[in-house]
Amino acid sequence: MIRDSFLLSIKNLKQRGIRSWLTLLGIFIGITAVVSLISLGNGLQFAVASQFGISQTELITIEAGGVLGYGPPGTGAVNPLTTNDLEAIKKLSSVKKAVKRNIAPGKLGYNDKLIFGYVASIPSGDDRDFIYEQLDAEPITGRFLKDSDFGKVFLGYNFYVDKVGLDKKVLPGKKVIINDKEFEVLGILEKKGSFMFDNAVFMNEKDMEDLFDYKDEIDIILAQPKNKNEIDRTKQDIEKLLRKQRDVKEGEEDFSVSTPEASLTTVNNILGGVQAFIVIVASLSIFIGALGIVNTMTTSVLERKKEIGIMKSIGARNQDIFLQFFIESGLLGLLGGIAGAIFGTLIGIFGTLGINNFLGTDIKPTIDFVLIFFSLLGSFIVGALAGIIPAMNAAKQNPVEALQG
Amino acid sequence: MKKQKIIIKLKDVHKYYYMGENIVKAVDGLSITITEGEFVAIMGVSGSGKSTSMNLIGSLDMPTKGKIFLDNEDISTFTESDLAQVRGKKIGFIFQSFNLIPNLTALENIMIPMMFQGIDEFEREQKAEELLKSVNLGERMDHYPNELSGGEQQRVAIARSLANNPEVILADEPTGNLDTQTGQMVLEFLKNLNKKGKTIIMVTHDPDLAQKHANVVYWLKDGKLEKITKKKNGWSKIRKEKLKQLKKAK
Repeated sequence: MIRDSFLLSIKNLKQRGIRSWLTLLGIFIGITAVVSLISLGNGLQFAVASQFGISQTELITIEAGGVLGYGPPGTGAVNPLTTNDLEAIKKLSSVKKAVKRNIAPGKLGYNDKLIFGYVASIPSGDDRDFIYEQLDAEPITGRFLKDSDFGKVFLGYNFYVDKVGLDKKVLPGKKVIINDKEFEVLGILEKKGSFMFDNAVFMNEKDMEDLFDYKDEIDIILAQPKNKNEIDRTKQDIEKLLRKQRDVKEGEEDFSVSTPEASLTTVNNILGGVQAFIVIVASLSIFIGALGIVNTMTTSVLERKKEIGIMKSIGARNQDIFLQFFIESGLLGLLGGIAGAIFGTLIGIFGTLGINNFLGTDIKPTIDFVLIFFSLLGSFIVGALAGIIPAMNAAKQNPVEALQG
Repeated sequence: MKKQKIIIKLKDVHKYYYMGENIVKAVDGLSITITEGEFVAIMGVSGSGKSTSMNLIGSLDMPTKGKIFLDNEDISTFTESDLAQVRGKKIGFIFQSFNLIPNLTALENIMIPMMFQGIDEFEREQKAEELLKSVNLGERMDHYPNELSGGEQQRVAIARSLANNPEVILADEPTGNLDTQTGQMVLEFLKNLNKKGKTIIMVTHDPDLAQKHANVVYWLKDGKLEKITKKKNGWSKIRKEKLKQLKKAK
């Protein structure tokens, strides 16, 4: 009987005019929003996280606060970190290793073109190995820097594929001009999926300090805790030390100490806010869509009053009529859901491809069938619920009156 | 002679409609007994209460007062769902305006009453095909009502009324929307059904039609029974048919 009701409902839906389809717009928009948001969500999170340079490594990042201008982390701080701070952090019992990283904005000339980008320092000795280890990538061509290299650099992947605006690939052995000084390119880093790496120029610490006149200032200190599980305690130790070192009170710090987890939480909080907003919009659309279905089904019951009378005269019980309209209403919702799921999935796929193209990331677009299943189920249920009252009205029609139309 | 089985019995039935302060007595103390195999006409002018009577006989409506027995069961005690089931099974309706469902093909229209009786799809389709062929519409199974002429639609309606093999066919002005020739054909179908043992109840405002085809005519006026006329000839015919059938059965 339920199968029959479904088949009959599909027949009835085929006869519907454009008016009925327009009422599905609400459900369509709602489901589109939900499906595209969730499909994009993972990509967005990954993209944002990678742009913040957040890795899965268990490293604590320390940078000076009170930023004066825009720029890479640590640059332009009122009271920058110094080698004194680094030495003090190194001495902490809960810190296994602390390494300085300098990151500076610079200009690069090649092929008669000039671009602006970032130069990042590579430390020497053991620290170099540590940083390469953390980088977790190999040269795609050429080689990385050694301690004995001076006047040499290696570059991010985007230089290799001509995505930085130089109109020409940069290959090992070529010379580039950085802040008016010539450097030889040793190698190219393989693709990392974030412009923090892919667009960067890597230079030995010594060269960089000369080029940018660093003195004893430091942009970022990376600290590795002795015990991975006590990363938060290590973080507190560093904060306490730096407060003392820099003579600031708790709550008035001119520096920040962050763990990858905390940074990720910040990113997720921002994304969460955006998601909450879209979910509210989606819920409103679905609610409006449901009202549309109530409306169109109520009209439909009035229009098909005679049909209800005929059905009753040939043996339809109230529950048969109810089921008929209830299922029809659910199918109406489902149709909106199907359209929305298709459109939302397309937005998810093309949006992800767009993110990849824009940010140079490499996120695979995915089709989440569980999500699609539940959004379709949800839209059927919303439709069916919206149809309850019209279906009840249809079911309790008096056969004699209904037959008169 | 075996006593004819009483199939429908109205016992002092009243149906009142309340319109503000006024009471409209659409049916006012009607008693009718219809036995199996009869071709009955309920005759009356507009406002005589014949339509209301037909709704009551067809269990589409409940009386304000009085009792209605269908196959010796008092239907006033039935729930709505039971009533629908009984109606679908025991009574086949034929309407003046055909009342086919426009979204469904001829074949599907005939399958619907069987669906409500829970008959499986294969059987439904077979029976519906058979019925459509019996009204000479075997070629038009997949046509929608708007693709059929009035006469064809009424034949589909006749086939539909037979879907659940009911004991009673209730026809409300079955020729009202048809030209004389097509109307005649539809009446022939009804007469044939009657010969095969179906009880036919036809509601009409046309006295000629009533007297020509029916064996018993109930004349209604102002919601009351005015008179009953019987056609002797027809009775004996039916008895002959019955006897033939009985002989065959033996």
